[in-house]
Amino acid sequence: MTESFEPVIVGFLCNWCSYRAADLAGTARIHYAPNMRPIRVMCSGRVDPQFVLKALREGADGVMIAGCHPGECHYVNGNIKTLRRYHLLKRMLKQLGVEEERVQLVWASASEGKQLAEAVDRMTEQLRALGPLRWPERVLGEDGRGANGHEAFVSAIEPREEVAA
Amino acid sequence: MSVNGKPKLAMYWAAACGGCEISVLNIGEHILTVDEVFDLAFFPCIADFKTVDVRGYPDGYIDVCLFNGAIRNSENEEMARLLRKKSKILVAYGSCAYEGCIPALANLTSKEATLETVFLNNPTIDNPDRVLPQPAYSVPEGELEIPEFYHTVKALDQVVDVDYYIPGCPPEPHQVWAVLQVVVAALLDGAPLPPKGSIVGAGDVAVCEECPLEKREKTITRFYRPYEITPQPGLCLLEQGLVCLGPATRSGCGALCPQVGMGCRGCYGPLPGVEDQGAKMLSAIASVIDAGEAGMEEAELDRVIEEAVATIPDPAGTFYRFSMAHSILRRANDSQSDKV
Repeated sequence: MTESFEPVIVGFLCNWCSYRAADLAGTARIHYAPNMRPIRVMCSGRVDPQFVLKALREGADGVMIAGCHPGECHYVNGNIKTLRRYHLLKRMLKQLGVEEERVQLVWASASEGKQLAEAVDRMTEQLRALGPLRWPERVLGEDGRGANGHEAFVSAIEPREEVAA
Repeated sequence: MSVNGKPKLAMYWAAACGGCEISVLNIGEHILTVDEVFDLAFFPCIADFKTVDVRGYPDGYIDVCLFNGAIRNSENEEMARLLRKKSKILVAYGSCAYEGCIPALANLTSKEATLETVFLNNPTIDNPDRVLPQPAYSVPEGELEIPEFYHTVKALDQVVDVDYYIPGCPPEPHQVWAVLQVVVAALLDGAPLPPKGSIVGAGDVAVCEECPLEKREKTITRFYRPYEITPQPGLCLLEQGLVCLGPATRSGCGALCPQVGMGCRGCYGPLPGVEDQGAKMLSAIASVIDAGEAGMEEAELDRVIEEAVATIPDPAGTFYRFSMAHSILRRANDSQSDKV
């Protein structure tokens, strides 16, 4: 199992720096691990901790948040907001038994395609060493996404149609 | 409805402290109206009913059941299923039934660790034979059974279908009475009920909106625990370094705690549209941290922020104090997969 284990990394990349860094890595034909699934966000500050938790909850082995270097944010201080949340989230995830390497914050400017590619390579190796997270199965003992009550809650916050008890 | 035409009311406690029952009795003289309007069908805290009585009722016999407490063991789950079957309206009453509350903090550890603490390691425990509760035990008279202790604490809606939720630890009396009035109007006069799945007896803005303390949009370099400082009256507690979860908590309580100098604990649950209260609280708390001067070196910036967050000793327990069972991750990873 672990021999063929390819970790899944959900990557939240900021539109102005890191997503362009990924673009650059591509146009420069840099070879790096194909394990990150990039999701473009307007700013790393847009990454709600709920996104990170949800990715882990739904099967990701790790989450990478990437943004502009401090001081270079397109929105002045969006990345500082990210950084504050990230440090607190890291401490909280430790209590929840999520290894530190599974959620990483990376600064990559639009010209740092190489650095971003290296970060993805490094994280992929770290996750490969840690093994799969598989939260639904390993932690919650679910075979899939059903019958966990989580969906029940989501439907509970939206008023539902009356159904016979 | 029964022979005397009165609707039937039930209230039951699962993994709870009993505070929810008291909160119903705490509605003051309105309790007389409740007695006038309803017939009690089951209410172990204040009247002598047995489970076997409930089993004997036809399905849907109880008009309204206020179910409080989380689902901690097999007995809690059995009662939840029984009362669901026997009730027309099942209400998750209070934070435990709604989202796990204090019992669900045990989801941060394992079943084994919880039992060991309670039965072996607490300073006041004297258990030389290291006896732990067993689900079944043979005695000369036969087999004895106790309910099975679950690995993961669940909210009521993770076990049965729930019609309404009343948040709060415990719900505030004026909110309880407001909800009961709606129910009475519906049962007696056919007034419309809120849509199924609604959160009732609460507001839909943040506690901060109800809180009279003055906010000055000040950032801070560290947090304090409540015993460490005496807050200045009249000013926002969060801006004084006291963890207050008002920004990410549903209103309805009237911001009682912040007004007496105790930061909001978050018992009214997440705001509408929020899935994970802890994550939102984390964001809110992080937003008051002072990130220092612009242009700081990246390593220095990390250090300043790390030092500030390190003054919160138990982030998970603080942010998920009431909502662990409903959180996205639901429990901590204790690497013991097959024990839910």
